[in-house]
Order: sequence, then structure tokens, then C-alpha cells
Amino acid sequence: MANAVELSGVSKHFGDIIAVDDLRLDIGDGEFFSLLGPSGCGKTTTLRMIAGFEYPTSGSLRIHGVEMGLLPPNKRPVNTVFQSYALFPHMTVEENVAFGLLMQKVDKGVIGERVTRALSQVQLAHRAEAKPTQLSGGQRQRIALARALVNEPEVLLLDEPLGALDLKLRQSMQIELKELQSRVGITFVYVTHDQQEALTMSDRIGVMNDGKLLQVDDPQTLYEHPTSRFVADFIGEINLLTATVVDATMIQFADGQRAQAKTGGTAGDEVTIAIRPERLGLHALEEEAPTGRNTIEGTVTRRIYHGDVWFYDVHTAAGNLEVKEENRPSVRRFDEGERVKASWNPLASTVVVD
Amino acid sequence: MSVGVRSKSPTERILAVEALIVFAFLYAPILVLVAFSFNENDNVGIWTRPSFKWYGEMFQNDAVMGALRNSLIVAAISTVVATVLGTATAVALERHRFVGKRTFDGLTYLPVIIPDVTMAVMMLLFFAAAFRMINGLGIFHFQFGLGTISLSHIAFSISFVAIVVRARLGQLDPSLEEAAADLYASRWMAFRKVTLPLIAPAVVGGALLALTVSLDDVVVTSFVAGPGATTLPVYVFGLVRRGVTPLINAVSVLMLGASMVLVLVSLVFQRDRGARTRSDAGGA
Amino acid sequence: MTTDLRPPESDPEITAVTPELERDAEKADARRGLLIAAPAALFLILFFAVPLVIVFVYSFATRSSTGLTLLEGWNLESYRRLFDPLVGEIALRSVMLALATTVICLVLSYPLAYYMATRSATVRNIMLVLVMIPFWSNFLVRTYAWRVLLGTEGPLSQLSQALGGEPIRVLFTNTAVLIGLVYGFLPFMVLPLYAALERMDWSLVEAGRDLYATGWTAFRKITFPLSLPGVIAGSILVFIPTLGAYVTPAILGGAKTTLLGDYIVSQFLAARNQPFGSALSFAVLAVMLVATIVYFRTGAKNL
Repeated sequence: MANAVELSGVSKHFGDIIAVDDLRLDIGDGEFFSLLGPSGCGKTTTLRMIAGFEYPTSGSLRIHGVEMGLLPPNKRPVNTVFQSYALFPHMTVEENVAFGLLMQKVDKGVIGERVTRALSQVQLAHRAEAKPTQLSGGQRQRIALARALVNEPEVLLLDEPLGALDLKLRQSMQIELKELQSRVGITFVYVTHDQQEALTMSDRIGVMNDGKLLQVDDPQTLYEHPTSRFVADFIGEINLLTATVVDATMIQFADGQRAQAKTGGTAGDEVTIAIRPERLGLHALEEEAPTGRNTIEGTVTRRIYHGDVWFYDVHTAAGNLEVKEENRPSVRRFDEGERVKASWNPLASTVVVD
Repeated sequence: MSVGVRSKSPTERILAVEALIVFAFLYAPILVLVAFSFNENDNVGIWTRPSFKWYGEMFQNDAVMGALRNSLIVAAISTVVATVLGTATAVALERHRFVGKRTFDGLTYLPVIIPDVTMAVMMLLFFAAAFRMINGLGIFHFQFGLGTISLSHIAFSISFVAIVVRARLGQLDPSLEEAAADLYASRWMAFRKVTLPLIAPAVVGGALLALTVSLDDVVVTSFVAGPGATTLPVYVFGLVRRGVTPLINAVSVLMLGASMVLVLVSLVFQRDRGARTRSDAGGA
Repeated sequence: MTTDLRPPESDPEITAVTPELERDAEKADARRGLLIAAPAALFLILFFAVPLVIVFVYSFATRSSTGLTLLEGWNLESYRRLFDPLVGEIALRSVMLALATTVICLVLSYPLAYYMATRSATVRNIMLVLVMIPFWSNFLVRTYAWRVLLGTEGPLSQLSQALGGEPIRVLFTNTAVLIGLVYGFLPFMVLPLYAALERMDWSLVEAGRDLYATGWTAFRKITFPLSLPGVIAGSILVFIPTLGAYVTPAILGGAKTTLLGDYIVSQFLAARNQPFGSALSFAVLAVMLVATIVYFRTGAKNL
């Protein structure tokens, strides 16, 4: 089947400001796809262009192979869950959910049936007569969802829908949303600035910054092998070390120490390699690091207790490292000022470009 | 906003007393007027006995009743037209961008600023010149009358409605209208089913304002009225210029009563919808 | 798939978007806006802008010896006459009266609005309704009430006589007009002031108190400046109508003291000097426009 959403060369200019810059993206059918990025990166603008609230300045936008062009939002087979939910305050929950079906002139009898089914799906059938103001934030969120899904759209767009909820509720809603999506099978395009959220829920994530799409991958690949400095930095904590290329499999740090890494560059090139804090291990200087692992020497400048883990700041010739060690008796602890050796598996690091 | 429990500091006491004085100042004349309208005595200032005599006389006075009828007709016409045009103006200015928008925007503020004498002069000269031109063609014969009064009232009422409705439109969460479109509503349906119900209190408020402004108007009406087409306030104004009679008291109280009924009706209407439209940000 | 509002299958007419198409879409939206605005715009142009232009044109007309208006050339006589000492006197009197009314209204209204804004929600709403009722009541009637009250044989006079004093002779003086204007326009000052004060963030005042400001200083440096938009709005709503007031002076004022409103009206009745009357009307409008803009700009700077 054709891709659910295809963006080719889509750009959006607001006067001199380039909000979205030459986006190329294919979202597969039935996929849970997230657009992730900081505020102002263009992810919401992209979502609005798919919905039809903004028109691209140039480029092609197709939904299941059909070019959208300048079609207004009420003629597109997509529905949106808004950040503020946008529930109609003067209508009951039932009337809200039925609205889309009413506008499509669906048979009255059929409407009632589908509304009830949609409300049961989000466990709010018992609140059908209530007004939105009488509901809690989490409940309103579910109604907004039901109101969109009842129309069986080809694509569901979600604009940071969980932002207003408290942490516990947000986390349980994330799971609920994911399960709902697999059950219903509709393509979800989800916009968020919360990388935890994106990592938890998505089949694939598209990271955006400054209007550009930087990397599109599944969560694991994105996390473990970021291809750019921005993506590496944006998702989770990352260590970035500068080094020079020795050959295709070796790099050298400023103090002469060498490490294995897949460089793909020419000798003498400057590279940055990225390593996640939890992939680094700390050892005493005299200790032998496990075989096959890269090492680099440094001094512990600070350590922070975090309950389940210890964070160490280690100063090395190649830059400052943040190391995350589990708080377990079998894992050795180090003091501030101690000279240590940090080690990592060569496959755990990635060469990033700026 | 609540400042919580305050101690009865001297400042508090002074403020309370001042408030009381101002309220007394606001209501005393009205109450005195009402009292005197039931006064039997011919002489307005001197109280003798309570009586309904002046109300009886008023209802039998053809001139008064005629003027009242005219006022109501003009008010009804101008309120309806001004509300529709004013709402359209508000929607166009708040939700669209088009050539000449800023000029139009400015134009809508002028009727609010303009002194009513200037307005009266404007409309008089305009109609006089227009009639000279049109009547000269021999086909129509237009006159000053309820038509000219209504048109003038509409001219200055549109802005009031537009300002009130526009303020409310500005407060509306724009994603509500987007949601309506997202849910397959055409622009008209989105307006009818979502926007309009939510701005209804403002539309009603604007209509009320237009109604009051029309019923209040003296100067503009007196300039563009014709023979036999006087409105109640203009008629009363004429009477007062000539001398105070108790009849005027009764007419005044009638007009006051009508205003108060309007206020209470609108309050009830607002309260009703208040429960439905509170907390708009999309219910979030 | 139940909806029939799906876009047509790969309609060859629907193509990818280009900057020209985006502009077309914007133009379509503009057209829609113009359509909605059209009836109102046409009405206002025909029945407001055109009359305004006519007044402007007439102000350059000439008054014939018989009182007719002759439109020949650009006669600046009317505008020259604006600088007559008599006109200046009337204008000054009107401005002073308007200023006095505005200031008195402000002084009376501010404490009331402050008091209202600092009560509980129920009390606030009751007081709001109590202010609204006079606001919606017929203006003429409210002015007329003072005609009754201030008569030499009226209730206030009788009251003062009962207390051993003289009958009051205030009617038909400037004082009576002032009282009438203040009374008439008080709600126009209270409502914007109340709206501004009610909307205020009172935690700012508490922060001021926390930083050792006394009650009066906190008011002067925090509350009052923050309520300035309301002060400005209220002042404009009072000053402008009172400057051109006609009804109130006509009912409560005397024949000896002419104000702008009456002066203009008389040009179209007894004096039959339409060009001069037009010039006056236009001048008053221009002054008010300038005053409004200036007041708004300075007020905005203070925010």
C-alpha cells in the first residue's frame, strides 16, 4: 500500500523566516511516527501542513498517494488532536464526538452507534452527557482522541497532546496511546519535544531542528547511533570527544591515546565521537580494562549521587566525560580527584558530523 | 481575584463610605424622579398625594404614544441591522487579511469618537444634498423621517457592536475553529455551530448597546427627523425646554423602567449562557 | 472508510504547491474577508464617510446674505472665524468644563472602582450590576432628574430650607451643567477603571509590600500605574462626549453661557450659517481625534 504520508521538498516560508526547509519524509501505513525537536524547529508547522491549516510554500504533500495541494482541512482524510484539546465548550461530550460525523452527513442512527463505540474505546461512555469543563485534563484528552478517531481518518495527527498532564498521568497515557494505535491500526503522526515520550511510543522518530529534518530512524538506532551532533545532544545525555583520524578503524586523542572506531575518514581529519554515559565504565588506573574496549585516562572532578546511579564528571585530554555507573556493591566507587580510566566498547560509539 | 480577608483598616472604612456615597449619588435622583411621578400635584417639586393620574394621562396622550412607537420602530430596525453588520465587521477584521483592512479598521472607530453634534450635522447635510439630487430626477421623492433616523442610528451603532464582538472573538481559542474545520465543517458550518454560539453573549451585549444608544439619542435624531416623525427622547427634550410638567416625570419613569427591564433580561441571558461558555480555551 | 469527503483519487488538477499557488490561496482568503466586510463597509462609506466629506466640503462654502449655502470655490472665511475671540471663549469654556467633569469623575470613580475590585466575587458582581443600571438607563431622563432636583422649589431646595438655609439657586448655571455631566458620565469612568483594576495581578502589590513599601507608596508606584489603561479609557470616554455636550447644557444650563454643542447647533437653526457650523463641527472632531491618539500614545508608553 502507498505510504500514508509523503512529503517531498516541502518548505514553508513566513516572509523571511524559513520555518520548514525542504523536507523529505515518508511515513508508512500503520506506523507510529514521531516528529521530535525543540520549540521552533518546525515540527508543529509540518503537522499543520499535513492537516491543511497551513499550505506549503512549495513541495508536494501526499496522503496515500493522493496529492493534497491546496485542499482545505475539511476536505482531507486526516484528523487532529490539538495541544489544547480544542473541545467545544458549549457542547456535551457526546455532541463533541459526534461533530465530525454530523458534518459528513452520516446517518443519525449510525452516528449514535459509532459515538458510543468511540467513547467506550476511551472508557468514557459514562460521561457522554457531561460538558468538557466538568472533566479532568486526562479525560478531556481522551475525548479529544475519541472525537478524532470516530471519523476513522487515514492519518491521525497529534500535537503534543500530553503536555498539559502531570508526569504519572502522562506516562500511563503514553502506554494507552501506543496500545490504542496498535489496536486501531491507523497511522499516527505525533509531535513532541519530549524525547522520552518519543522513544517510548514511536516506531520511528524524525528529529528536526531549525526547519530541517536531521535524522529519521527507529528509537534504538537514533539513541545509540546519532548521526549528528544535534541529535546526539538532544536525545538523552551524550559525551562528545574530539579526536583525529589515524586510519579507517583508529582515532587518536590529544594526549596520544588511541581508540578503535569506525571512522570512514582520511588520516588527519578531525572527528567527534559520541558515547552515551551509561556505556562508559570507570576503572582504577592500575586495573586492566576488559579486552577489546577502548580506554582513556582522566581525573574525577565531581560525583553526584542519584539514588539508583552515580554520575561522575571525568576530565580527560579529549574533553569532559559524564559517566553513569550503577549504584551497586559490585561496582567500584571513586572519589573526587582520583585518577581513573574510562572504557567503552568500540561499537557503542558513533562518529558524528555537525 | 480575591485579596482575602482584610482587616477593617481606616482606609477600608473610608473606601466603603465613599462607595456608599457614590451609589447614593447615582440612585437618589432616579428614586426622586420615580417618587414624583406618582405625585398628584401639578407642581413638580411639591409633594402632595400619591396618584396614578399622570400615567393615565400619558397613555392617552397621542403625541407621546406616537413618539414612543416611532422610537421602538427605529430602535428595532437599527439594532437588528447594526448587530448583523457589526458582527460581520468583527469577523472580517479579526479573522481575515485583505486590502484596505487597516483603513476599514480605522473607519469603524470613528463613529465612537465623533461627537454627536458633528454626526448630526453630517447626516443633515448629507441627506439634504442626497434628496436634492435624487428628488430632482423626478422618479422618487425622499423625505426626512423614520428612514433617515434609522439609517443614522445604524451608522453610529455598527461600531459599538463591532468593538464588543471583536473583543470576544479575540479571546476565543483559534484552535476551536481549526478543530471544526478538521472535523469536516465548511466555513459557514464552523461559524454557525462553533463560533457563533461562543460569541453569542458578545453579540447580545452589542445589540443591547445598539438598542440603548438608539433609544438615548437626541441630537442626531432631532436633526434628521421630519414632520410627524419624532422619537420619544426628542419629544421629551422639546417638552423640557419649554418647562417641566409632571407628565414628563411619568414618561421618564416609563423610559427608565424599560431600560431596567432590558438590563435584567440581558443579565439573565448572560447567566444562562455563562454556565455553558465559561472556561473557553477549548475546555483545556 | 465511511466518509465521502475524501479528495478525488489523484486528480490531475491538484498539483504540488508552488509559491504562486500559496499566494493564490492567500488571495482567496482575502476575497472572502472582503465579501464578509462588504455590506458593512459599503454602509459605513455611504452613510458615514461620505457625510463626513460633505461636512468638510461645506466648511469651505460661502454663506449668502439670505442664509443659503453656496458652494463656490474654497472659502476659508469659516476657518478664519474659528480664531475669533468669541469662538475661543466658547471653546475654552467647553474644554474647561470637559476637563473638570473628567477630573471629578476620575476622583469619584477611582476609590469606588478600587473598592469594587477588591471585594469577593459575589459582592463584586452585585456592585457591578448596581453600576450598570444607571449606565443603561436613558441619558436624557437621568439629566432631567437633576432639572427636577435642582429647581428652586425642588426637593433639594426644600431640604436646605428645612435645615434652616436658603433655597438653592443652582439651576441654569455652569455648576448645574457640571453636576449634570458628572452624573451622566460617572458610569463611563467607573466601568473601564473597574475592568482594569479587576484584571490586575495583585500579587505584584503584595510583592511591593514585601519589599517594604507602605500602603500609599505601593498604590502610587504599583497599583495606579498598572491601572493606567483603565484611567485612560475612562478619561477618553468622559472627555470626548462632554466636550461636545448638547443635551445636558440645554436642560440644565443657562442662556448666558454658551458651549460648543449649542453653538454648533444654533448655526443650523437660528443663525443659518451652515459653512461656519460645518467648520466648527469638523474642527471639534479633529481636536478629539488628535486628543485621542495623543492620549493613547502617551498612555501606551507608560505601560
